[in-house]
Amino acid sequence: MSANLSAFFYLISGILFILALRGLSSPETSRRGNYFGIAGMAISILVTFLSVGNFGPGFIYVLIFLLIGGSVGAFIAFKIPMTAMPELVAGFHSLVGLAAVFVAISAFLNPDAFNLGTVANIKLASLIEMSLGAAIGAITFSGSIIAFLKLRGIMSGSPITFKGQHLINLVLGLTIIFLIFYLCLSQSSNIFWSIVIISFLVGVLLIIPIGGADMPVVISMLNSYSGWAAAGIGFTLENSALIITGALVGSSGAILSYIMCKGMNRSFFNVILGGWGANEQSTTLESKEQKPVKNGNADDAAFLMKNASSVIIVPGYGMAVAQAQHALREMVDALKKNGVKVSYAIHPVAGRMPGHMNVLLAEANVPYDEVFELEEINNDFANCDVAYVIGANDVTNPVAKSDPQSPIYGMPVLDVEKSKSVLFVKRSLSPGYAGIDNDLFYRDNTLMLFADAKKMTEEIVKSL
Amino acid sequence: MEIDPFIFRLSIFILSIFVGYYVVWSVTPSLHTPLMSVTNAISSVIIVGAIIAALAGSSERIFSTSNMFGFLAIILAAVNIFGGFLVTQRMLQMYKKKKK
Repeated sequence: MSANLSAFFYLISGILFILALRGLSSPETSRRGNYFGIAGMAISILVTFLSVGNFGPGFIYVLIFLLIGGSVGAFIAFKIPMTAMPELVAGFHSLVGLAAVFVAISAFLNPDAFNLGTVANIKLASLIEMSLGAAIGAITFSGSIIAFLKLRGIMSGSPITFKGQHLINLVLGLTIIFLIFYLCLSQSSNIFWSIVIISFLVGVLLIIPIGGADMPVVISMLNSYSGWAAAGIGFTLENSALIITGALVGSSGAILSYIMCKGMNRSFFNVILGGWGANEQSTTLESKEQKPVKNGNADDAAFLMKNASSVIIVPGYGMAVAQAQHALREMVDALKKNGVKVSYAIHPVAGRMPGHMNVLLAEANVPYDEVFELEEINNDFANCDVAYVIGANDVTNPVAKSDPQSPIYGMPVLDVEKSKSVLFVKRSLSPGYAGIDNDLFYRDNTLMLFADAKKMTEEIVKSL
Repeated sequence: MEIDPFIFRLSIFILSIFVGYYVVWSVTPSLHTPLMSVTNAISSVIIVGAIIAALAGSSERIFSTSNMFGFLAIILAAVNIFGGFLVTQRMLQMYKKKKK
């Protein structure tokens, strides 16, 4: 296949990828969008086979490896529980990063194959592109591994900070840039390997200071990095499908990080430079005086909700941990039978990744037109009889609106306290991730339901 | 003077960032998780590079060092392609409208 023809087909794949993302503007068109994506990928792979034109024994191995990887991927995709989506996505990001590193290494070792010059005499531009691709890929890989371990609970979710952390990152970052410069002068393979190794280290150091509930930002950021790595490799290979995709994925991840940061009213750098949990904990202990709370049980909750005319459900990460989404749906079904109007309110940073709650509710067969975003539903709390807060905490804290001293001041929150009564399912009175007390617990219209989210919801279903 | 092809690629890249920007802002927030898994799947188009790397060189030495890195990259990218698209499909299948 001629280079021009294959370039044309790569462009078509790129356009199909754009349509795949475009489809996600509504659930109805999203499934078709996904097929566009699959078609784009199939075209890219076929065109590559035809333009390389080597159907010798190596080709058989390529197919075998493709099938091995494909079956592993398919197996994971079918087996993974929906609650594990955040760590799955983090894991997948690490694979893209590592694949980018491997392709860059391969191009460095055998530049002939990619028309980039000869060993130790690689074109300057290609050398810069491939080392950037390798560096970003390596950062994506090791960073995603740390994110994966934190999300999976293998590594503690609390931020790991030490003195001079940011200085070390800065020095390492500058070292990488210097080494890339030096690589262009010397073409030395040792320098290339050093770039890769230092980048792996940077990835680890970049993610360890970031705490569990900031993971939505981290995952989006790594998503963005994996795109930039792909684009870097795309420039090296002079492949427009890769360049287009890299740019799409890169900007997608960047926008998601921006949305997540805005959902917490924090700047991107504030999140990246680490730890809410770390420095704020001291203030918690001081302010912890004993205040009276109203304590209720499942029967009280069932009675309140049954006699309500409208109920808004506020799910959070705790619902995912307790796997309470199915029980929740049953409860809502029972309420609907009693003629209660039920809707769901989702805060942008609820859960551990963007859209986490929406997927879990969809899994439990909750129709997506009953689920609302913060801006859409926030005014409705004032007219609602009962708000059922399940596994959310900081995102409901009215302190964010009233106390300028509070670390979460200015963060958009759900106006849960405006509803006639609030049912707050929680295991204990402990503060949420931000380490601050939730004022909502002590309000007159709040009834605390101390229990596991799933158990409590099931009990409510029974007494309904 | 001729324009360096790099400039064309850079133009594609920058224009695509703009396309990405506008397309992604139009994605509904409830589909942000599928957005992440599908971007993840499509960024595995890096498999193109992996295939070129794996098939490079003479047919007598299929497993030279640079080919090996190509083969490894193929496995990783393939996990992502199949895993990413299938898990996205699985998620999107769950999004249903209210039954009237």
